[in-house]
Amino acid sequence: MRLFSTLALALALVAFGGAARAHDLQIGDLELGHPWIAEAPPGAPTAAGYVDIANQGETPDRLLAVRCAFAERAEIHEMTIDDAGTMQMRPLPQGLEIPGGQTVKLERGGFHLMFMHVMERPVAGDMIPVTLVFEHAGEVEAMFMVQKAADGGMEMDDGMEMEMESGQ
Amino acid sequence: MTTRRLVVALGILVLAAVLGAAALIVRYGESDEAALAPVDIGGPFTMTDQYGATVTEQDLLGHPSLVFFGFTFCPDVCPSTLAEIAAWLDELGAEGEDLAVYFVTVDPARDTAEVLGQYVGYFSPRIVALRGTTNQTDEIVASYKAYAKRVDMGDGTGDYLMDHSAAVYLMDSKGDFFDAIIFTATPEEAVAKLRKLIAAS
Ligand SMILES: [Cu+2]
Repeated sequence: MRLFSTLALALALVAFGGAARAHDLQIGDLELGHPWIAEAPPGAPTAAGYVDIANQGETPDRLLAVRCAFAERAEIHEMTIDDAGTMQMRPLPQGLEIPGGQTVKLERGGFHLMFMHVMERPVAGDMIPVTLVFEHAGEVEAMFMVQKAADGGMEMDDGMEMEMESGQ
Repeated sequence: MTTRRLVVALGILVLAAVLGAAALIVRYGESDEAALAPVDIGGPFTMTDQYGATVTEQDLLGHPSLVFFGFTFCPDVCPSTLAEIAAWLDELGAEGEDLAVYFVTVDPARDTAEVLGQYVGYFSPRIVALRGTTNQTDEIVASYKAYAKRVDMGDGTGDYLMDHSAAVYLMDSKGDFFDAIIFTATPEEAVAKLRKLIAAS
């Protein structure tokens, strides 16, 4: 068992390289950059997750679903603010397309992963596993780092090793 | 004769159009929020704060105020804006000590006084959460020419979202509308507007 996990770690390091930043990870043609969740205020029933998804391939992929254990449900949402200043938040039932050769950023005021009815409040410093399901690249579990919203999802050297299980 | 009258009339029309366009340009040039922030924003309301005290439009008199509409089920624009407001207050320091901040829930069904107290207190002890009955909420939304609409998610879970005005309204010490700060404003732009508000109050 021990040998197996050491081997797996070694393989992971070889496959994904020392160049990847702390908790960035690669699945197929997709590179997931700085997955983070905004620390939720006490009493808040929801939380939002953000990540940059870079598609290094030529064909489009699609983020279809998101799963987690710390909230009852997770969805992919889009925020828009119209000319009259009205904010709308809507689920994306068809998911989110990641065009070939492009990076789609989930960021505040735009797309977010919506965690509804959080059972455990995400607090800055937590690392929370979240599974992202892509149409072509498959499933990947990414560790999302919880940061205070005021830190704006700035890249931090958390010194933590990424953990991942791809495919299923 | 008739032709001449027609020409004069046309001339007047053209002149009016040019003047109208110029007035519009001037208006939009003054403030990029002119379109979403007519000057008759503000007016009567009766709400309850997180401590159980009644707050009305009278409480806005004598000091500048910020008024922001939102709901705690929103994990993105609402908490980001409250975090930004807290940062503006820090930046202003003593200069902003008279500035009152009101967070008005557009979702009183889910946002109880207890939830609201914890929620706004997390960002700043200076933020006052305002909650009302459905009618009271409708009244303050109407007074501020704001917008709030429930949108059911229609997925059988009973969850719903709220479309709502996302701008922060700046009210002067007479309780009149002064300006607005939109979501995309930079911290520098926001603090500059707040300094103008404080100077004018
Ligand atoms: Cu959402």
